[in-house]
Amino acid sequence: MFAAAFSGLLAVAVLGRLVAGPTVADRAVALDTMNTLVVGLMMILAAVYDSVVMVDVAIVYAGLSFVGTMFIARFIEGEV
Amino acid sequence: MFLIVGILILIGLGFNALGAFSLYRFPDVYTRLHGATKCTTFGTLFTMFAVVAYSLGKLVSTGEARFGVFIIHGAVAALVLLITNATGAHAIARAAHRSGIFPALAVVDRLEEKEEAKGGSSR
Repeated sequence: MFAAAFSGLLAVAVLGRLVAGPTVADRAVALDTMNTLVVGLMMILAAVYDSVVMVDVAIVYAGLSFVGTMFIARFIEGEV
Repeated sequence: MFLIVGILILIGLGFNALGAFSLYRFPDVYTRLHGATKCTTFGTLFTMFAVVAYSLGKLVSTGEARFGVFIIHGAVAALVLLITNATGAHAIARAAHRSGIFPALAVVDRLEEKEEAKGGSSR
């Protein structure tokens, strides 16, 4: 439980770079980092609450965050 | 078994903290991407190993089948994260270079020179 709280704290701490990033790519990096931390948080919570469903949610979240990151990267390149 | 879980989760949280910290200490996009992506991928992978080891211990001690499902789904999640994070980081770095962001302390850009010599398809 402490580990889950610490992981959530880290995900909130990344928000500073998301707000203050000088370029769009910095914000994309911060968002990607936050998504990875949230996937880890979901896994820890799944172990704490003994529910397999939350692991499936973490898998789908990882896939969706990948799609979002790829879309932002294409947008920065200017190909969308 | 639960000592192993504790050690794994401490390694994972330590690397996650380093990754979040590196977003504030590095000067430009490329170094931030390097620090954040590698550290958080490694740390979250170790967190998932901790979860898998925890459910393995539960499977051995209680013998219920749902902890086996837990192990398999955790391994799938680790695999998905390992593939998607590396690909996403590469896409961000490629997009940042193509949109003309220059590294903070660099003097020359050899990739730009090479692409211009090859036919100028960059940007």
